[in-house]
Amino acid sequence: MSGSTIIFYMLAALTLVSGMLAVTTRQIFRAAIFLLFSLIGIAGLFFWMQYDFIAAVQIVVYVGGITVLIIFSIFLTQQAGDLLPKQKMGRQVFSALAAFCGFALIMVQLYQHNFNTTTEQPVEPSVANIGNQMLGVGENGFALPFEVVSMLLLAALIGCIVIALRSKPATI
Amino acid sequence: MMEPGLYHLLFVSTALFFIGVYGFFTRRNLVIMLMSIELILNSVNINFIAFNKYLWPHKMDGLFFSIFVIAIAAAEAAVAIAIIINLYRSHQSIDVERAEEMKF
Repeated sequence: MSGSTIIFYMLAALTLVSGMLAVTTRQIFRAAIFLLFSLIGIAGLFFWMQYDFIAAVQIVVYVGGITVLIIFSIFLTQQAGDLLPKQKMGRQVFSALAAFCGFALIMVQLYQHNFNTTTEQPVEPSVANIGNQMLGVGENGFALPFEVVSMLLLAALIGCIVIALRSKPATI
Repeated sequence: MMEPGLYHLLFVSTALFFIGVYGFFTRRNLVIMLMSIELILNSVNINFIAFNKYLWPHKMDGLFFSIFVIAIAAAEAAVAIAIIINLYRSHQSIDVERAEEMKF
């Protein structure tokens, strides 16, 4: 058993255990912190697969951005020390059953399927290659989706400002 | 324990996806539901990168898909949190059970 194998199992355990705790704990702030650890574990899995750029993006966007946003929204909307309400037992059992059935179905399908690997020369996922292909307009270029996503981000930015603006009391 | 490969990564991502689904079904708090959606989107990212690494290493399409998923997830989280804060202002609660009427 090599070091790489041990690191993979540790990262997988970190991701799954903290993800599980994030959806089961009754303290909402702890749930956010467990989500943070789960996202760090996923970034570690990307590093383990040697996709350095996407791992760095994961850390910057999720760990640095979205988790902080979630923590701030918890501060703004939650009373300190409040526990989340206890869930109904029936709903919990039903959800766990549904999730487990879906998981088992996917696993059965997965282990019956044989994936065909390619024998072509692999491309190095370096930042230079990613940048060239991301802004390329020729074959295999991703310039159009890039522009569409930038328009979407602009629309989301304006939409957030409009939604979160405190509206004046209506004058009748 | 075997040498980890594609199937192990797919196991991890499937388990994470259904953990997110479980959280989405059980919780009634909007922030926790948003966190469950983040878990689901992240499991999809693991899938894309694993398929790209093990099945199509001569292309980078999976990597680009996951970059776009991350960008759209960031936009979605920002809009969702703006809506949640607005809902808290009008209802003093972010429980979905207490936000049943659509109010302009």
